[in-house]
Amino acid sequence: VASIPVNTASGRRARVRRWASGFRERETWAAFAFLSPWLFGFVIFTGGAMVASAVLSFTDYSVIQETRGVGFDNYRDLFDDPQVGTALRNTFIYTVLIVPADMILSLALAMLLTRIGRLAGFFRTVFYLPVMTPAVAVGILYLLLFNGDFGLINGALGLIGIKGPYWTTDPTWVKPGLALMQLWSVGASVVILFAALMTVPQNLYEAASIDGAGRWRRFRDVTLPMISPALFFLVIINTIHGLQTFDQVYTAFFNANDPYGTDASLFYVIYLFQEAFASFRMGYASALAWLLFAVIGIVTVIQIVVSRRLVYYEGSR
Amino acid sequence: MTTGPAQAAQAPVVTPAAAAAPERRRWWPEGNPFKTAAFIALLAAMTVAFVYPFLWAVSASLKPREQVFDNRLIPRTFQPENYLDLFNGVEDIAYKAPFAQWLFNSVYIGVLAALAVTISSSLVAFAFAYFRFPLRNFLFGCVLATMMLPAAVTMIPVYLVWNEIGLATSQVPLWANNLFASAFYIFLLRQFFLGIPRDLFEAARIDGDNYWTMFWRIAVPLARPAMIVSFVFEFKASWTDLMKPLIYLREDADYTVPRGLKALLDLYGPSAGGHGDYQVIVAGTVLATIPMIIVFFLGQRYFVEGIATQGRKG
Repeated sequence: VASIPVNTASGRRARVRRWASGFRERETWAAFAFLSPWLFGFVIFTGGAMVASAVLSFTDYSVIQETRGVGFDNYRDLFDDPQVGTALRNTFIYTVLIVPADMILSLALAMLLTRIGRLAGFFRTVFYLPVMTPAVAVGILYLLLFNGDFGLINGALGLIGIKGPYWTTDPTWVKPGLALMQLWSVGASVVILFAALMTVPQNLYEAASIDGAGRWRRFRDVTLPMISPALFFLVIINTIHGLQTFDQVYTAFFNANDPYGTDASLFYVIYLFQEAFASFRMGYASALAWLLFAVIGIVTVIQIVVSRRLVYYEGSR
Repeated sequence: MTTGPAQAAQAPVVTPAAAAAPERRRWWPEGNPFKTAAFIALLAAMTVAFVYPFLWAVSASLKPREQVFDNRLIPRTFQPENYLDLFNGVEDIAYKAPFAQWLFNSVYIGVLAALAVTISSSLVAFAFAYFRFPLRNFLFGCVLATMMLPAAVTMIPVYLVWNEIGLATSQVPLWANNLFASAFYIFLLRQFFLGIPRDLFEAARIDGDNYWTMFWRIAVPLARPAMIVSFVFEFKASWTDLMKPLIYLREDADYTVPRGLKALLDLYGPSAGGHGDYQVIVAGTVLATIPMIIVFFLGQRYFVEGIATQGRKG
């Protein structure tokens, strides 16, 4: 490679020729044969689907009726449609509640696990079990446990003298209730953070102690930086999951006969789903999908930019 | 849904050796034993909070309708017939839920989905790990990029493709998309294949192995733990999914368990004109969850490994 002068025109041509000759190798053909399942799916179900979705978003496609192009009408409608605002607001509120709550609880549990020796394995299993529960079951349990009159949660609150709210019907309490129910599945985050905590070298703590660092300083200046990639990862995926919440909420509040339910529980992907598959406004639903894509993209980019200053990658500086 | 290319570069490289490294942990850590005991007591208290909903559900599924909400752990009246009602239908609602059929559908779709994704993703991962070919890094970047793509964006066109083929109201779309491999598992398996020493393949090649036998006789047996991770994760994902069954399944004989449960909730719930037979719905919830608990205990090691090394959630 070194013998090829890289900056001359002939050098570039030589490199292109060498690169192209790779396609004549037997190994290349074998590689593409192995890749073919993914290549096919990628072209049809990812690339093709995205192009189709983009095209559809400029039409009034509805499966049944004749399709017309409508220009940017669908995108203009997004701004005039009060349901979009409602759905976005609900989804944001829920995400803003669940992401920090999940992180704080999972970090606390994971840190406790590091302090109890081998018994940690048992508790880790216990905390993970709810993650295995089907989302429909979680949605049903939510309806029953958070029932305002007879639910277990309000029963428990009653024992300590608090009159619990009507979680499932009071618009103010729907999102906090759903977030609390989702915290039941905190075990997945616990497993990730516990694994990250176990990789923090013990001698860093010893060195910090010798330098006179107290418990809080050791947590802030050793633990947090060392596990910051895992924390950052959790924030990103929990945000993406939160913005796409569907199963539990649909189970608890929606069905085919009541496609739009109540305003308080209308989440964005539910609205998208009902527009597409209950009302068959697939053009408009495609525009909704692209708005979601944009929102998720923007939020993720902001998180990555912010994280540059906060996340410490060992070996990268 | 998880790592983009930027983070993937920094994600820990999982090798078979690293995955198998033993945890050097003591049963009882050094330091103040009272403190340790206090931590264990605290965790035990949390355990109650995590396990109680399961106990509540099992208990409620054994109660008569009027007692479901009495929040007693031991039912005053035992009514295990709720589980039979699940299969035979409740009095004066003339609906016989094909629950056994739903269980069968979920198992069969789950196994096909998990097998399909594991086999196809191993092939693709092997290509990225072993072969040297033009466009390799670009294509692998594409794999990672698809992880970031929200399912909602492709949901409608994918439905239209199946509609075009005439399979949009069948069970096929629930597993057949997995034939085309999936980014998470490609990433996971590639990491694993990269941990296999290249010399092993070179030696096999000299012994006359071709690419296929190198994959099938060397890579696959060595990567079995990672393939099991992929299988159990996808089986769980398929078993618990609600959205695809909602989109594609029309006949209730085709339903999976979650889709069927949702139908029962809509049928028996008071808001839909039922008389609130929550004891039956909860019995269904228990039956939908038990197989997942069993799968978890059988494959626990693989779940923990899969999440901890790869960051795939739920």
